[in-house]
Amino acid sequence: MKINQNTDKPIFIQIAEQLEDSIFTGVFPEETKIPSTNEISALLNINPHTVLKGMNMLVDEEIIYKKRGLGMYVKEGAVNKIRHKRQGQFYKQYISALIEEACKLQMTKEDVINLIERGFKDEYNSN
Amino acid sequence: MNTIQIKNITKKYKDVTALDNVSFSFEQGKIYGLLGRNGAGKSTLINIIANRIFPDSGEVLIDGINARENMAVHEKIHCMSEQDLYNTSLKVKEHFKWMNRFYDCFDIEKAYSIAEKFNLNTNKKFKQLSKGYQSIFKLTVAIALNVPYLIFDEPVLGLDANHRELFYNILLNDYEENPRTIIFATHLIEEVANIIEDVVIIDSGKLLLQDSVENLLEKGYCVSGVSAEVDRFCTGKNLIGEDVLGGMKLAYILGEREELPQNSNLQITNMNLQKLFVKLTEKGGI
Repeated sequence: MKINQNTDKPIFIQIAEQLEDSIFTGVFPEETKIPSTNEISALLNINPHTVLKGMNMLVDEEIIYKKRGLGMYVKEGAVNKIRHKRQGQFYKQYISALIEEACKLQMTKEDVINLIERGFKDEYNSN
Repeated sequence: MNTIQIKNITKKYKDVTALDNVSFSFEQGKIYGLLGRNGAGKSTLINIIANRIFPDSGEVLIDGINARENMAVHEKIHCMSEQDLYNTSLKVKEHFKWMNRFYDCFDIEKAYSIAEKFNLNTNKKFKQLSKGYQSIFKLTVAIALNVPYLIFDEPVLGLDANHRELFYNILLNDYEENPRTIIFATHLIEEVANIIEDVVIIDSGKLLLQDSVENLLEKGYCVSGVSAEVDRFCTGKNLIGEDVLGGMKLAYILGEREELPQNSNLQITNMNLQKLFVKLTEKGGI
């Protein structure tokens, strides 16, 4: 985990995103404990309230939950939930930006589609 | 009432007004940054809160008790500062022993455990310690005192990067187990920017602002672009500073953020706490 000081993103959102990413990639499997606010706060030298605020975002999204007296655990089905959420954000985050830039560069729809196909081909070949 | 209330404090040194009718309060359980330029009045304020000097007028109430010449306050507040108020020929472990005798709230086991983490040799006399280890000794005593209000006036002077990290680490671990009010007065703003929750800025003896770091960072922003366009955007806004780079202008604004007009070529970026502080207090330096 790492905090980027040079981005416009508030730190609690960065914490939430990085925890979410770690859950998604299986660093913290479902029904296991994630690090405590204390551990994260001491590791990154961040106010524990800020860490807690980030964690609470994931609690609200039902990705983690609190086991009383034990700490925060990854919820069953969290990975699927994150995948759905990210698929939902895919258009806004990537496609709109891609098309905006393509238009600036005066590229046609076909140019873009060709590039996407090339990208998929490279991805399959590399796997 | 669990707060430090600072009420209408004024302090003059001959014809210099160090603090001019300052009023605000520190709430229980938060980590504060007390920021101000050199000579702004931070140390004067801290010394008044810690009952080391007295204000000309006004009062400080700690949990409702008047701090002035009141021994009861010493079990509530501790101030670690650059001045060495310790007997320099006593050994570290003797200091621990006497602290333990004098203060009900001194946790001697905690003191030894922190000293061990820093590799502080408790058999050495205070004066035999290096500058860095003298600071470490004072930090160790401060954290081991379980008082509800802890003030650090430039805590990390002379500490190397590893020891600074370790200090923040130990302090945050302790804070999690034992939440209390911690006040950092420091010029190393970026180092404490993520640790502090609220910020108090003193400028030329007056309270300039008090806000949460999150709010402040949300309100402070920088607009850049062609000068004329930037000027148009800034009219009616609270401009706290500007920089000019050829035909480009960077304007620093404090206030509610506003959407950029359609088809605008302006750019909005965030400011970090240090930049915001510099811009807010810049005029005072001229």
